[in-house]
Amino acid sequence: MLALRSVSVRYGAIEALSQVDLEVNQGEIVTLIGANGAGKSTTIRAICGQVPTSSGSIHFEGREITRTPAHRLVHAGIAQSPEGRRIFANMTVRENLELGAFIHHGKHEQIRQDIDRVFQLFPRLSERVNQSAGTLSGGEQQMLAMGRSLMARPKLLLRDEPSLGLAPFLVQQIFQIIREINKEGVTILLVEQNAYQALRVAHRAYVLGTGSIVVSDTAERLLANEQVQAAYLGE
Amino acid sequence: MQQIAQQLIYGIQLGSLYALIALGYTMVYGVLRLINFAHGDVYMVGAFVGFYACTRWLPFKDLAVHPEAAGANIALAVVALLLAMAICSAMGVLIERFAYRPLRNGLQKADAHFWGLVLGFPITGLFMPVFNGWGPLVAVVVGVGVGFAMRPLVAWLARRVKLSESRLNALITAIGVSLLLENGGLLVFGANPNFIPNILPERTYMLPGGVMVGSSQLTILGVSLVLMLSLRYIVMYTRPGKAMRAISHDIEAAKLMGIDTDRVIAFTFALGGSLAGAGGAMVAALTHVKITPLFGLLPGLKAFVAAVLGGAGSLPGAMVGGLLMGSAESFVAGSSLSMFRDAIAFCVLIIILLVRPAGLMGRHVPEKV
Repeated sequence: MLALRSVSVRYGAIEALSQVDLEVNQGEIVTLIGANGAGKSTTIRAICGQVPTSSGSIHFEGREITRTPAHRLVHAGIAQSPEGRRIFANMTVRENLELGAFIHHGKHEQIRQDIDRVFQLFPRLSERVNQSAGTLSGGEQQMLAMGRSLMARPKLLLRDEPSLGLAPFLVQQIFQIIREINKEGVTILLVEQNAYQALRVAHRAYVLGTGSIVVSDTAERLLANEQVQAAYLGE
Repeated sequence: MQQIAQQLIYGIQLGSLYALIALGYTMVYGVLRLINFAHGDVYMVGAFVGFYACTRWLPFKDLAVHPEAAGANIALAVVALLLAMAICSAMGVLIERFAYRPLRNGLQKADAHFWGLVLGFPITGLFMPVFNGWGPLVAVVVGVGVGFAMRPLVAWLARRVKLSESRLNALITAIGVSLLLENGGLLVFGANPNFIPNILPERTYMLPGGVMVGSSQLTILGVSLVLMLSLRYIVMYTRPGKAMRAISHDIEAAKLMGIDTDRVIAFTFALGGSLAGAGGAMVAALTHVKITPLFGLLPGLKAFVAAVLGGAGSLPGAMVGGLLMGSAESFVAGSSLSMFRDAIAFCVLIIILLVRPAGLMGRHVPEKV
């Protein structure tokens, strides 16, 4: 479904990604783990055309999307829920969700259903529909960011650090919901610091180290892998 | 007391014009964090469109000769107002597309053609006696030629230039566009001041307390109010308006919603341009000021101060700021310090930057980590 072919990204003289090959198949949850600065977020940003690639190509459903601007990718079916939530704090919860469905304008019935579904997943949000999003707690903002990215009805969802700064029980809940969304047919590429949680939810995983892929395998085998345990799981 | 009320009414008239211009500043600042110094010159173009519409393009009749034409003239004035709004919103879009967008997205070949056309007119002007008679045609041909000649240069620049996030570049570009419009205006419209003759019926109403209100003042206030309310509706409840607010909060996140930010930015310039155009046309037709190509400079700067005073990026702030600036100016003009009427704006600017740089209604959204 999504394929990166030897993608490199440079920030000036620094090579942030070098020759990254990555594949995400339909229906999978794939996770990208690695230390700080390994290039996880850069990979996501390169897929969405937010940073230019210096070489290599990116394909989505057989079409090349290497130079497609971010807003068009949403139409193609890729939604990104960026690091740090990035909700529109000056707007209400409902307006945030409606903006998530920006590409589906005019389909009022669909938008209404999708908002109901987001409220089913995150009942806390429904109590705050008309509240300005900036007044939500960090966890609620994370839920809103998640719900907003679902409103576009993406085929592929890119999640950057969904558990960042959340209380442990909320982290559990967020991963539970990622699993649920995936069961409903959304393919997910997950970037996580919390490697243990990510590997438990994912089917396959790539381990990034300073800009290139070190290991890739099924999540189960990586969980059992001693090297990975030593480096990323802190055991 | 009567004098104070009289000055206040004049201040509100002036202030509603400043508010119209300030809204354009503040909207563009909201989406791009750019102070579009060319905005005052869009207002000037609005005044000239009003002037040409009233004197040449539309069949207005001078009321001194044909007093019975008042009704027809009022209908035509509405057309002239809409025309000024349309032309000025197109100008806003052009300025954004060819001056500011290349700074964000890089130079394109279309830019070479546009700037070639712009250069074509003065170049043709130099050789005007040679081509007498078919000036405009020659100018277009020269412009297309220059555009083609510039293509390799633009392509080379596009490869060489590194796009930077620097806001200083955009600010300097804005000042450049402003100078281009003012001096281009001198070239196209000439340096002589123009006046619009008496074409709209003027009536004065006496309010209790001996305060006089002119029908032109009421018109300016009424039209400004209608425009501002429509703007508020557009920004709060329509799709492009919501996209504008999303962009003003976080442009990268807005792109991830599938919002075509370039289109929304162009829309913002169109809205701002149409408000400034309406202001310019109303001033030209109703207050009988002299219209020159430098006519937009001072109102533009004062409206900029109004936008800062209200809080850059805040729409209600721009309206309140405009009214406050208008009243301040009117009171200073009516006092014994009347020679400081233009200076008061800049005093206000200095004070607001010292005391409350975010402006009266500037919001500060705390970010949660």
